[in-house]
Amino acid sequence: MNTDTIPETVTRILAEQALLDPEDVARDATLEGIGLDSLGLVECIFAIEETFDITVPFNANDPEAGGLDLTTVDSVIEAVRGLVKAQAG
Amino acid sequence: MGRVVITGAGTINPLGLSVPETYAALARGDCAIKPLDIPLVERLSVKIGAQVAGFRPSDHFDAKALTLLDRFSQFALVAAREAMGAAGLSADPELARRMGAVLGNSGGGMTTQDEAFRAVYEGGKNRVHPFTVPRLMSNAPTAYLTMEFGLRGPSFTVSSACASSNHAMAQAAAMIRGGLADVMLTGGTEAMLTFGGIKAWEGLRVLSQTGCRAFCASRDGMVQGEGAAVFVFEDYDHARARGAPILAEVAGASMTSDAGDIVVPTQAGAASAMARALLDAGLGPGDVDYINAHGTGTAANDRTETAAIREVFGPRADDLLVSSTKTLHGHLIGGTGAVELLACLMALNEGVVPPTAHYRDPDPACDLDIVANTARRAKVRAVLSNAFAFGGMNAVLALTKV
Repeated sequence: MNTDTIPETVTRILAEQALLDPEDVARDATLEGIGLDSLGLVECIFAIEETFDITVPFNANDPEAGGLDLTTVDSVIEAVRGLVKAQAG
Repeated sequence: MGRVVITGAGTINPLGLSVPETYAALARGDCAIKPLDIPLVERLSVKIGAQVAGFRPSDHFDAKALTLLDRFSQFALVAAREAMGAAGLSADPELARRMGAVLGNSGGGMTTQDEAFRAVYEGGKNRVHPFTVPRLMSNAPTAYLTMEFGLRGPSFTVSSACASSNHAMAQAAAMIRGGLADVMLTGGTEAMLTFGGIKAWEGLRVLSQTGCRAFCASRDGMVQGEGAAVFVFEDYDHARARGAPILAEVAGASMTSDAGDIVVPTQAGAASAMARALLDAGLGPGDVDYINAHGTGTAANDRTETAAIREVFGPRADDLLVSSTKTLHGHLIGGTGAVELLACLMALNEGVVPPTAHYRDPDPACDLDIVANTARRAKVRAVLSNAFAFGGMNAVLALTKV
């Protein structure tokens, strides 16, 4: 997948889960701030994995364990960028 | 209202193929959580679990019977035979009408479901085994108990996820107290360690890939197990009249609902369940010496359960021994409360409290005496067994010595 589309696609996935318009999701917003709870986050990760064909090492018991920062929209985009690059091919 | 006692116990679980084997393993603090040995394990991201090992179905059932028995029914029958034998009971025609069975289960016959779905979807087959439905239905193990022992009284299966067994046993006790039956076979069974069963849990992102470290700061989730335990619950006067061995009294039971979230537990729901079990049993906070915790090893449960115990027991919470035997036998989901009741019986009758294994780092949010790593000798007068399920469904049993 063209890496340029990652920000837009990730934002769309997060917005969909948060029941918001993608335009209303600021890049510096926290996931908590846009109303995503722990279940919502798990669903977002599933959608991200399916969309980008990657595996996101995420354990709800210890969200930081996978070494990923999933606190803001921007940090999720960065995490997905890293995983797509690392798991390419 | 009648008193209810336990006059027999039987089990097959990852720690042992009988009650004595299970007690020995609990006392040693054996951990049955190991690399999973199931088909397609290479496609799982979670590759550990607590499987029943060394169980050969053909040692217990003939080939004709096995065509009708999913693994979860096999477990229930093997456990029930041990329990009935220990209770020295047979259902004569008169008792049969006053004797029933209520088991807990969550997933149904998962092996059967997995195989049938695989055949039609992946294998492209257009037919499945003719006994697919009677094998997979959740009430099958309970039905087989009635057939095996000729029980003619009330029978059904209770499903409340991880609290299924405790709800079943609370219900069975209530039926005896209420006069619906004199004797009930009760407990729970689960055999969910199939590719599909684990995949579903994997999706929720709450399973550990490293082990179950309940109450430890390093905990990172739950580990699934499988197996069954079945008990003979009996009216006290009935048991006394026939000179039955009495393992404990089911002094109290409670059922409450969080009315909160489908997966996130609340302190209030857990606390109200424990408080009501104490009230039902006529026990005060100072009377309980051991709590077999729900203790799943998830971030949310262990923190919430600790807070709930402190809320109910106040300053006496520091005198309690609290352990999670899920660290040894895994989380048997619908069967877990039944196997955990064995830990309670052992504590009451043998004065040995099984440990919480793999404990490394204290968590200030879980600051109870969790019987870290090795079993403890203690005088145990009364115990609570906690179960707090997804769905916010809670059931707690209170047992005392007779």
